Amino acid sequence: MIEQIRTALIVALVAGGVFFTFVSATGVLRLPDVYARAHTASQTDTLGAGLALAGVALAMGWQSATVITALLLVFIFVTNPTAAHAIARAAYESGVEPWDERERGGGER
Amino acid sequence: MSLVNDVLLLAAAAFVVLAIAMLYRVVKGPTMQDRVLAVNVLGTNTVVILALLAAGLDEPWFLDIALVYALLNFLMSIAISKFTVERGGII
Repeated sequence: MIEQIRTALIVALVAGGVFFTFVSATGVLRLPDVYARAHTASQTDTLGAGLALAGVALAMGWQSATVITALLLVFIFVTNPTAAHAIARAAYESGVEPWDERERGGGER
Repeated sequence: MSLVNDVLLLAAAAFVVLAIAMLYRVVKGPTMQDRVLAVNVLGTNTVVILALLAAGLDEPWFLDIALVYALLNFLMSIAISKFTVERGGII
């Protein structure tokens, strides 16, 4: 019984990770400028990686490798938004113009 | 346990497909920052793929490679962001 609950939880967590990473990939491919792309990359990619790594940690069970997985999860939660913030700030300081509503239709995708 | 391994390997395959889709933005991206952002997302996907393979194939030492790759990925993003702003600076 407890094993079935654990299997269902692993499947749900990994499926959630795949879903949020799909949302992140769609956003990075389709959104109009670098600031919107940085936003979707930092939010949904962190959530997708976190859910998938939680599923992996649950599938590993009680062994020493689970500690490394938990460390990786905490590390990705800290560093991924920091990197996206640094990239967006670098884009602003090197003079990239934000996308405007008036450019609709003529904007580059 | 076999079902869990199959699910983990299938999810790794889906992550590989999504990581390859990022290469479109790396090639096309209008600015330098678009390319860095796409490579950063691709690196995060690679870390998750390595962790899923470590659990799915039952080889825990893949996680060490994933940890080192996550560190290098973060350092790459910060370094290129800083380099494109003040070219020829300290880093």
